[in-house]
Amino acid sequence: MNELFMILISAMLVNNFTLVLFLGLCPFMGVSGKVSTALRMGGANIFVLIITSMAASFLNAYVLPYAPYLRVISFIVVIASLVQIVETVIKKVSPTLFRELGIFLPLITTNCAILGLAIFQTNRGYDFMEGLFFAVGGGLGLTLALVLMASIREQTEVTDIPAMARGMGLVLILAGSLSLAFMGFAGMFSS
Amino acid sequence: MSPRVTTPQQDFFRGIWRENPVLVQLLGLCPALAVTNTVENSLAMGLATFFVLLCSSILVSAFKSWIPKQVRISAYILIIATFVTLADLVLAAVVPGIHKALGAFIALIVVNCMILGRQEAFASKNTIGRSVLDAVGTGIGFIIALVMIGGFREVMGYGTFLNFPVMGSSFEPWIIMILPAGGFFTMGFILLFFAWWEERKVVHVQPRRWIAGVTSEVGGAD
Repeated sequence: MNELFMILISAMLVNNFTLVLFLGLCPFMGVSGKVSTALRMGGANIFVLIITSMAASFLNAYVLPYAPYLRVISFIVVIASLVQIVETVIKKVSPTLFRELGIFLPLITTNCAILGLAIFQTNRGYDFMEGLFFAVGGGLGLTLALVLMASIREQTEVTDIPAMARGMGLVLILAGSLSLAFMGFAGMFSS
Repeated sequence: MSPRVTTPQQDFFRGIWRENPVLVQLLGLCPALAVTNTVENSLAMGLATFFVLLCSSILVSAFKSWIPKQVRISAYILIIATFVTLADLVLAAVVPGIHKALGAFIALIVVNCMILGRQEAFASKNTIGRSVLDAVGTGIGFIIALVMIGGFREVMGYGTFLNFPVMGSSFEPWIIMILPAGGFFTMGFILLFFAWWEERKVVHVQPRRWIAGVTSEVGGAD
C-alpha cells in the first residue's frame, strides 16, 4: 500500500507531468486561461489517463511480448479508439457530462501526457494497480498545474504588464517559476 | 477559404523563419523543452523529427487521394507512428547513448502536433514535390529552434558547446538552466525577445505616430 501511495505522490508532485516532465504542454498553454476551463480539462484528462493505463497494462501483458516493435503503433491506435468509444458512450449515457467535457475529450488523443503515461508505465514495468495509481497521480498533478497556472493568468489579466509580455512569453516564464517551485518536492523521498 | 497561391520558394522558406513551428507557432513544445539540455540531444531530436516529418509528408501526399476523409487523422497517425518506430530502432542501434538520453521522447514524436499539423494543412492537399519542400523547410526550422534553445541551455548550464568548453575556467555554471525550469525560462526569454523586437520595429517604422498627438495616445485607436 505504501508503495502505491509513493507512486501516486511521486507522479503528482515530484515528477509532475507538466512542469517537470514537459508532457501535455499544448493544453497547458492553450486552455489555462480560466480556472473553470482548466478544472474541466483536468477532469477529462484524469478520466482518459485511467482508461489508458488499464489498456496499456492489458497490451503489455497479452500483446507486446509477442511483437515489441508494435509498441508505439498499438498504443496510439488503442488510445485513439478508446477515446472515441468513451466519447460515444458518454454522449449516450450522460449528455450533461458530455456537454461539460465538450471539445476537450477528442483533443486529449493528441495530448502527449496520455501516450507518455503508457510509455513510462511500460518502461518502469508497473503492474496493473501501480499503473492505475500512476495514472491518478499524474492526472491530479496535471490538474493541479493547470489550475495553478489558470489562477495566475486570471490575475495577470487585470495587471498592468509591459506590452511585449502580453503573450506566451510571460506564460512560459510563469511556468518556469512554477516548475522551480515544484523542484522543492524533489527532496521529499530522499530519506 | 480559397487555397493561397504560394511559390515553391515560399513553401520552403516559410517554415524556417517566418512561420517557424516552435518559435512562432508554438507547436511541438514538449520535445523542444524536454530534451534540449545539450546541443547534442537537441540535434538528435531535431534530426529524428525531421526524418519522420519528411517521410510522412511524402507518404501522405502520395496516398492523399486514397485516404477517405473520415479516417484521415487516424491514417496520418498510423503513418507517423510507423516512421517513429523506424527512427526509434535506428537510433537505438546506431547511437545507444543518445537514445537513452532522449528516452520516451522519441516515441512521443508521434504526438508532436507540428508533424500532424503539416500533414493536415499541407501534405494532404499538395503534390509530393511541394510537400517535400514544405517538410524540409519546417524540419530545418524545428532543428534551428531546438539547437538555439539547446545551445543557450548548454552554454549557460555546463559552460560548454557540443562538449567544448567555451566559457573559460572561472565560469560558474547556472545549474538552473539544465533543470526543467531552465527550459521554460529559456523559451520564455526567447519569446519575450522576439516580442520586444517586433514592438521596437513598429516604433521605428512609424515614429510620427507617437509624436503626432495626444488623441491617438489616449484613444489607442490602432
